[in-house]
Amino acid sequence: MLVKGIKSRPVYAPLRPRPGDHHLIVANEEGALAIVDLAGAADLGFLARARIIYVPGGSAAAGHDTRLAGLGAAACDVMPANAPAIAALRDALATARMGTQVYTAGTEDFIGQVIQAALDAGMDLGAIGAEHRGSLERRVQCVHCKAITEHVTTQPATCIGCGRSLLVRDHYSRRIGAFQGVSIDAEEPGTRPPSEPVFA
Amino acid sequence: MTTDVIDFRDETFRDDFTFRNSPAGIRRFPFPFHEDRYMYAVNIEPHAPGQVGTAYEHPIDVDEHYVAEMHDRALVLERDPLRYQSLPHMTLAGWDLLELLMDAQATAYPAHFELHRDGDRWRWINRPLGIGDTFTFGDVSTLPYGPMEYITRQSQGDFCIVDQRDGNLWMDAGMVTTQADWSLDFDIGMNFMEWHGPVPLAHELGVFDRALKFLLNIRQGQPVRRLNWTMTINPRLDTSPEEYPHWGPDRTTVTPDNVGQKVHLRVELQSFWRLPRSNAIVFPIRCYLISLDELVTVPKWGRRLHRVLETLPDELAGYKGLTRYRQMTLDWLAAYDDGAPTSPGFFPDP
Amino acid sequence: MPAGGPAAAPAGAATAPAPVATPKVQAPKLAVTVTEVIDVTPMIKRFRFEPSDGAALPPFSGGAHVIVEMREGDVLRRNPYSLMSPPSQTSSYTISVRRDDQGRGGSRFLHRDVRPGHRLLISPPVNLFPIDWRARKHLLVAGGIGITPFLAQMDQHARADSAFELHLSVRERAQGAYLDELEARFGGRVHIYCDDRGERIPLDALLADQPLGTHLYVCGPAGMMEWILATARAAGWPDQSLHSERFLAPASGAPYEVTLAVAGKTIRVTEHQSMLDAIEAAGIDAPYMCRGGACGECETAVVACEGTILHNDHFLSADDKASGRKIMPCVSRFEGRSLVLQR
Repeated sequence: MLVKGIKSRPVYAPLRPRPGDHHLIVANEEGALAIVDLAGAADLGFLARARIIYVPGGSAAAGHDTRLAGLGAAACDVMPANAPAIAALRDALATARMGTQVYTAGTEDFIGQVIQAALDAGMDLGAIGAEHRGSLERRVQCVHCKAITEHVTTQPATCIGCGRSLLVRDHYSRRIGAFQGVSIDAEEPGTRPPSEPVFA
Repeated sequence: MTTDVIDFRDETFRDDFTFRNSPAGIRRFPFPFHEDRYMYAVNIEPHAPGQVGTAYEHPIDVDEHYVAEMHDRALVLERDPLRYQSLPHMTLAGWDLLELLMDAQATAYPAHFELHRDGDRWRWINRPLGIGDTFTFGDVSTLPYGPMEYITRQSQGDFCIVDQRDGNLWMDAGMVTTQADWSLDFDIGMNFMEWHGPVPLAHELGVFDRALKFLLNIRQGQPVRRLNWTMTINPRLDTSPEEYPHWGPDRTTVTPDNVGQKVHLRVELQSFWRLPRSNAIVFPIRCYLISLDELVTVPKWGRRLHRVLETLPDELAGYKGLTRYRQMTLDWLAAYDDGAPTSPGFFPDP
Repeated sequence: MPAGGPAAAPAGAATAPAPVATPKVQAPKLAVTVTEVIDVTPMIKRFRFEPSDGAALPPFSGGAHVIVEMREGDVLRRNPYSLMSPPSQTSSYTISVRRDDQGRGGSRFLHRDVRPGHRLLISPPVNLFPIDWRARKHLLVAGGIGITPFLAQMDQHARADSAFELHLSVRERAQGAYLDELEARFGGRVHIYCDDRGERIPLDALLADQPLGTHLYVCGPAGMMEWILATARAAGWPDQSLHSERFLAPASGAPYEVTLAVAGKTIRVTEHQSMLDAIEAAGIDAPYMCRGGACGECETAVVACEGTILHNDHFLSADDKASGRKIMPCVSRFEGRSLVLQR
């Protein structure tokens, strides 16, 4: 028995410049386009105090990294993968002062990790902006074995840890950076519906 | 003032399920229906000392299941330590809760609990669990666990401590081992609207706004309470989502012959208390179970439960997980409902 | 999938969502006796209260205030004062009161008429200015008598070994309360600025050099607070990191009448009375908590209005104020032909 229509997923908003003295802009894949929009709405003073960290991917053939480098930010670092980008962000935050702003755009799993890093560094949500661009794929935590399955695009999904077939709920944890997955056929094993691509 | 001396039961809430209520336990059960239909809105009322001989008599209720429940909690925690978590900034609130529970239990049940305070040096005696500890209030190094974990391992029911900030409430600490189907590990850190996210009826949102406003203004010295209810197959306390593959199949094991033994009414007595030093709010969720066999020994309750379940909207029954066994339960309860009128109010007829 | 249960809704809101009737019961008041009155400066007196019946007072959280009930002849006043004593000390509470000759008379009454032995009723503590214990550092900025809530907060910070700094602005050293004690107890964490020596809080530099996770708390005169909060926002400090408390003294103004639809009475609000005072003086028990326009507890529905509601509170949204359908009677007033409230 599936309870439908559960709506507790995060809501994102287009990135807008905020007052501050240092702007950390961290994006992946199609998030680059949100950064271009952000820069378009910002003044030169903003860009002079901004550092961009970018992980190409998705429609990367479109040369997003070059576009970002040309925006006039104080720095623009292209990273080969999400993990080093998040590490670079954590390093920057370790010595940052109040007045620092974080802006993030791209796939949900990536921006979730950026938000985690910012909160871990003591930032409050009012200094963090997040805009979703690109794939709808999800990170899913299995409530039973706690394993996190990345790049989930189907409903139901298979847990990478325990192999259970999981209902991917809209219930999202900012702390964990993932959606909740719950066994879909626990009451009658083997009755799970076929997987459909839903989060593409 | 009371001289309650409780005869603690030796019973289980898993595996062989030897849990039973004594006859006195049945009569003091917090039956949640004051009329023959369940209406969606429920009033909050002041959590004032209630009727003697009921679950409402004392601010913190300790009953005959205390020792067995604490044992079950210890088993849950051993298997899954994530059922207790406290974010780092919540330690002061944990001390507030320790004071509240020690004081309440020692005051209401002096035969079983004692609290002696000499400035910051406190001595706590818990006879039923064989605990005697001397510690310094406020100094975590003087207790074997953090203060919230220490005391909630000795108090029945789940406890959530919510931090109040930014016009919202944040679920930042919890001991959750008797809960109806939500995950502390997943929800910890969420705010009021976020942890209620899965509630499927979107038009409820206005309702949550009012509930939040009310809770934000709860004051020291003025706790409030409300009841919630659902049903559980077998007297299982741990019906967490983590363990769902373990207990979920129980719902398919109900037959017309075993309804009385297996189907249980599960009532949560929820209260809300402002904590003094931290300004946080603690939210005890005290769980009570009764099998239908036991429940129908109170004729009024047998009649009333039949009528409540019969008239319960389908969506609500679905949300409470009753759908699979609702009809079988109604058929079984029909034998206890002769159509006679029932008296208003929760309590059994004298 | 668990077919529901009160899944992930620990408040059980799934099944029994909102309280329909909320208990509007006032918390029992605490009977206290004044045991000490000290002249701190020519304008500031400190009062110590001990429980009249000998039982302990409740512990509280730094930043909390109590509502002190003062009867002067026919006039009953209820004014909020921040608690400055150590929050874990339950044998007495201490408040400091600055005499306000322009006010409605509460501080003048306390200064002139209240001596050791005087009995009063106070509310249990309420905190609308709490510490955010997640903060990595607490930056406290006070002006004048605004120091009082910070005295209680700093006691908690000292016990918790928090990182904190106090920046306190006073008119002149002799007028500043507790400066010597603060410097003695907290040393280099206390920075005092005296107006008469031209000393100013170096706000821009201060705000620019705080580690991530610093929270700012400000309490003092309205103009000072507005300047500090606006500067912090412009420097990129998010709202969640900014904390302030200002008790709005109920404004005085031309007297007017109010009709109470439920009680079936029309009452007169005098020049120095708040609408809430007048409702209470008429024997109607209306809900309240802070009496300073901040907490929302006294919110009252407007049944009919021919005139202008003068909203003086911090609680209602701009839309609510514009709608004219709600009013906060603890601080707001009315001018016009008639106002009918759902009371």
